[in-house]
Amino acid sequence: MANFFPRWSNWLPLKLAICSFVIVCGLTAGTWYYVTPKYTKVGYEPIQPVPFPHDVHVTQLGMDCRYCHSFVEVGAHSNVPNTQTCMSCHQQVQKDNPKLEPVRTSWKTGEPVQWVWIHRLPDYVFYNHSAHVNRGISCASCHGQINHMSVVADAKPMSMKWCLECHRNPENFLRPEDQITNLDWKPDDVNPAEFVGKYGKPAGVTEDWSKKTHLTQREIGQTLKERWNIQTSENCQACHR
Amino acid sequence: MEGAVAVPEVIEGEELAPTEKPLTRVPLVLNRRSYGWLTERIAGAVENRAPRWWWVAFAVTAAIAGFGLFCLGYQISTGVGTWGLNHPVGWAWDITNFVFWIGIGHAGTLISAILYLLRQKWRTSINRSAEAMTLFAVICAAIFPGIHVGRVWMAWYLAPLPNNYGIWPNFRSPLMWDVFAVSTYFTVSVLFWYTGLVPDLGTLRDRATSKIKKFLYGIFALGWRGSNRHWRHYEMAYLLLAGISTPLVLSVHSVVSFDFATSILPTWHTTIFPPYFVAGAIFGGFAMVLTLMLPARALFKLHDIITLQHIDKMAKIILLTGSIVSYAYAMEFFIAWYSGNQYERFAFWNRVLGPYWWYWWVGMLFCNALSPQLFWFRWCRRNVYVVYFVCMCVNAGMWFERFIIIVGGLHRDFLPSSWGLFIPTWVDIWTFIGTHGIFLSLFLLFIRFLPMIAMSEVKTALPESDVHAQHPAGAMEKEHA
Repeated sequence: MANFFPRWSNWLPLKLAICSFVIVCGLTAGTWYYVTPKYTKVGYEPIQPVPFPHDVHVTQLGMDCRYCHSFVEVGAHSNVPNTQTCMSCHQQVQKDNPKLEPVRTSWKTGEPVQWVWIHRLPDYVFYNHSAHVNRGISCASCHGQINHMSVVADAKPMSMKWCLECHRNPENFLRPEDQITNLDWKPDDVNPAEFVGKYGKPAGVTEDWSKKTHLTQREIGQTLKERWNIQTSENCQACHR
Repeated sequence: MEGAVAVPEVIEGEELAPTEKPLTRVPLVLNRRSYGWLTERIAGAVENRAPRWWWVAFAVTAAIAGFGLFCLGYQISTGVGTWGLNHPVGWAWDITNFVFWIGIGHAGTLISAILYLLRQKWRTSINRSAEAMTLFAVICAAIFPGIHVGRVWMAWYLAPLPNNYGIWPNFRSPLMWDVFAVSTYFTVSVLFWYTGLVPDLGTLRDRATSKIKKFLYGIFALGWRGSNRHWRHYEMAYLLLAGISTPLVLSVHSVVSFDFATSILPTWHTTIFPPYFVAGAIFGGFAMVLTLMLPARALFKLHDIITLQHIDKMAKIILLTGSIVSYAYAMEFFIAWYSGNQYERFAFWNRVLGPYWWYWWVGMLFCNALSPQLFWFRWCRRNVYVVYFVCMCVNAGMWFERFIIIVGGLHRDFLPSSWGLFIPTWVDIWTFIGTHGIFLSLFLLFIRFLPMIAMSEVKTALPESDVHAQHPAGAMEKEHA
């Protein structure tokens, strides 16, 4: 039987190889970008029954996170405030604002407001808020600059890799315990002399840090990590119990 | 067939006596078979209608394979509890079967790579099917570590892929290196097998009688025309692949043995394991090559290509590797005594006299250590029935050996309170039998669709291919006559 592969088929394998290379690379890159929590979770901004503007309450009015999320320092779960908390102000302030109608209904009926859960971890992950906020991890590390959000959106991927970024190098995120709910805090805000006086220095550092003009995040983090003996677990059972 | 068939299809008895010179080598292809005869005989096995025995055999093996796949599905959907694994025996038939199958593959790589580099021309008659056997054995082997993890959909964790979890395999674990070793082995074996097939695929394409066959063989023949340039590139590629494969013969089963040797269990924690496992793998692999090739030789009348000389040589390799394995068995006992370690001593007494005593007496002692010793005798090496009997002993014995190593090491824990036995369930048993079905079905498909003997390579072993060969006196006249 005669040869029936036409001449152009000589180049077909090379063309197929190039095409499949491009397709495979494209699929990989596309999956990497579009199917991971960096894309699927960050920016999630559901419509809440009441559009609670955090920027107004925190930045303009100066309320502390813990006024509403009152059990964050003692509980594993950081609570969403109940209707009574809202009404303690809104009985007097903005008491006829139509946007607050669901809160007033809840106040009358006793049925809680159905807030939409944003920062939701899988049910096999056990995250303890009190363990983190009492040991130098700010609200902003996980929730972003909520104090500037008029509508709360997910700011971080909250993937396991993201959790491990901090569990592997906590010194990149630790801050003094009185600055946890100061979401605008920067390492430059720290007064080196005051900081070194209060927390000391990591072992092995000979330089006098109290004379420095400012401390870096790593210097602050390393000091606090050693001072508080922070041993972040990378064991599976730390979070998957 | 050739025009004038002077000799019958099968000539019984010893090969023709070398008449021309007293020390002439016995030819590898007997009865002066020609290029044309070889092509007809080998390609004919693919081109002719499938014989009835093939359909019967394939129906049986495919049914077994199907039930094996059902067992896999049942185990995956229900969970590893369908197996008899329990404390303290957490590895049993699954890993035994894995080591058994992966070991079988080694003969193919040894024949195709090491014997090629050593210019052993007799390999040409058996290398193609031995390499195919390697691939099918590795496929069967790969099933077990994949499913014994329990959650098979998480098996991708074995690969070092960047992921959202920020976790990475443990590179200090031999189990990790096992994954690399086996997957490298499979990839290189596929490449080697396929590269060797290309000239023969060209032959099948040129002889194809239907459009579909011509198209498919044509695609896989990659435009092979047999030009000088093609042969030059082909032979260089083949040589390079042989060089790449050669370390794999030693590395794959060494890494498999690390799964055990790096642990602290008595009978596992021993430095003799890598060479012991490699020798055992080649031992078991050659037995499986003969198990497959002896029936194929008889059914396809390949007696002139796979001669008693070939069988004799493979029997010698079985004798050599079987003796290495026996030495390792003996050395394990010696070290158990010489070390003075009470746990080690107990474990080896337990191997011989414990609850799995007959596995050792029948499997390791009789099948692996004693039965190959028959091959000291030329008569035994050249009697296909004796060879087949020994090969079946070795096939069984090597499975028992792995079982004794794995379950024997686990069932008597350091604490007598946690002692236990392994009792296989029907899923255990049928998954294992099912992999035999998969293995044999794939092999039967292979001999139906691809030339089971490397035609182009066997032809190079013919005297007329040797440009430097001296013509035997009178041969020219005989040919012209």
